[in-house]
Amino acid sequence: MKTLTQTKLNLSGSKDTRNKGKKKYTLITDIFRNPFSYLLLLPAALYTFIYGYMSLPWIAIAFQKYSFRTGIFKSEWVGLKNFKFFFASTNALTVTWNTVYLNILFLITGTVAAVLIAILMNEIKSKWFAKVTQSTLLFPHFISWVVVSYFVYLFFSMDEGFINLQVLKTLGIPAVNWYQTPLAWPAILTFIKLWKGTGIGVIIYLATISGFDSEVYEASTIDGCNRWMQIKCITIPMLAPIVTMMTLLSIGGIFKGDFGMMYTIIKDNGVLLPVTDVIDTYVFRALRKVGDVSNATAVGLYQSIVGFAFVYGSNWIAKKYFSEGALF
Amino acid sequence: MKKTNIFDWLNYGFIAITSLLCALPMVLMVMVSITDERTIQKYGYDLLPKMYSLDAYKRIFTSGDMIVRSYILTVLITVVGTFLAVLITAMAAFALSNKKVRYRNGWSLYFFFTMLFNGGLVPWYLINRALHVNDSIFALLIPNLLFNAFNMFLVRNYMNSLPDELRESAIIDGARDTVIAFKIYFPLSIPVLAAVGLFYGMGYWNDWWNAIMLISDRKLYPLQYMLFALQSNMNMMTDLQKGGNMVGVIVPQESLKMATVVVTVGPIIMLYPFLQRYFIKGLIMGSVKG
Repeated sequence: MKTLTQTKLNLSGSKDTRNKGKKKYTLITDIFRNPFSYLLLLPAALYTFIYGYMSLPWIAIAFQKYSFRTGIFKSEWVGLKNFKFFFASTNALTVTWNTVYLNILFLITGTVAAVLIAILMNEIKSKWFAKVTQSTLLFPHFISWVVVSYFVYLFFSMDEGFINLQVLKTLGIPAVNWYQTPLAWPAILTFIKLWKGTGIGVIIYLATISGFDSEVYEASTIDGCNRWMQIKCITIPMLAPIVTMMTLLSIGGIFKGDFGMMYTIIKDNGVLLPVTDVIDTYVFRALRKVGDVSNATAVGLYQSIVGFAFVYGSNWIAKKYFSEGALF
Repeated sequence: MKKTNIFDWLNYGFIAITSLLCALPMVLMVMVSITDERTIQKYGYDLLPKMYSLDAYKRIFTSGDMIVRSYILTVLITVVGTFLAVLITAMAAFALSNKKVRYRNGWSLYFFFTMLFNGGLVPWYLINRALHVNDSIFALLIPNLLFNAFNMFLVRNYMNSLPDELRESAIIDGARDTVIAFKIYFPLSIPVLAAVGLFYGMGYWNDWWNAIMLISDRKLYPLQYMLFALQSNMNMMTDLQKGGNMVGVIVPQESLKMATVVVTVGPIIMLYPFLQRYFIKGLIMGSVKG
């Protein structure tokens, strides 16, 4: 007579032919059991292997004095010299700071703008008006940065730009050589980023607001709240979790500059670089214009590592306070 | 509350101005493209030019060889690329939502890790070089655009939400995984696949990164990269217009550039109202569900 434990654990005595002499369930077993699913998985897995994992060994170049002639196996190893070189130059501080401050600027203004407009749009009663304006707001998102750089030129060109020739002239202010005025560009870039990115934010926040329980609002109306108080005491606090989550997500990417935006608009304008050169454009130039492969790799690696730390850190914070909000 | 007070008016006004600002650059660009070139040189870019001229468009439509080629190329890679990308993504998502695949969480991690960390620009470039995709159409199809783990997770989550009974009954009927995937799961996943298709499609259409890094052959310039090169390269201008310059005729430089851009953005504007709905749906699916 089996004991209770024996029955439960199905130990000795019972004939379980399936488990008897059972091999470990390995990846190979899984593949044999589900051949067609693995077949379906193969293209994506292969692509990810090539572009995701095979990129890792090349990181070794960051520690070498690499040249295309000698390749990775014959180039001289120089340890951390490339990194020392980068950090000793003023470049390191400049591009890092540019990347981070621009991202912070974009993040703060972007969030405020998107939340503000979403709240305001929620108060709009005409559905037609809301739809049309929402479409217009979202439209810039679909335009590539190359086209945007044309737009920027239309406005800020020294000799023919809309701002210099139509706006400033009408106001009697002398023309400004925008493309040679570094200090103007944090503001200009922020504005451009707002123009392009607010639409998406508004959609997300507006969708969130639409999902709020209307009973709370009705109850507050009975209690005598007007619309202002509703926004202040209900909508904004209820938006806080998702805003925080989106912010944390963005902070994860704070070390990554928007290459598309920066390079198409600023290109290689030496006057503006001290204020607008981000890590990504720096690495691009190091590789393509200067041909300094080792330096480019080293800086890229620096960006990847610090970027990963930010992603991991922001996710850890998210997990601690908003368990559903974290990525992993 | 039926009364519209001053805040409503201010609100409508503010939102209206904001959205007009969004449209303004496009409007300006269209106006410049139909402005007479001399007027541009004298008076700059304006919303209401003193003299109009369709010269730029005439030139594009009569001898804009390069534009046509870029267009056809871009449409081709967008259609083919998007199709392949959606296919690969859906297949992988299916495999990862298949509960019989016990290692599926491990594989999810495999994909996810690449979203967090990767070698950077130089390794990416060297890998492409090693694959010999430079200066070929594959350079425009494969790197960065052919598959995106984030999109795959979107599809996978959607498939996970489909009831298991579908699979059970199909297995009882003797169907293999591939059949289950193509005949059951993919058709049911059309909402999310449409959204993902839009994301990929936009990526292909707007891409110029692959071109700037990997392409030097002018015949392989996709639309956006052609626009990019056009800005800085006056030689491209003469390539754009086969006809050559006649003495005494003002060559439309600025208006030609703007007209080229307008022609490029045109299809997006036309398709936009139609696609917008799906895009918004997909966006909300992706962000709110996470």
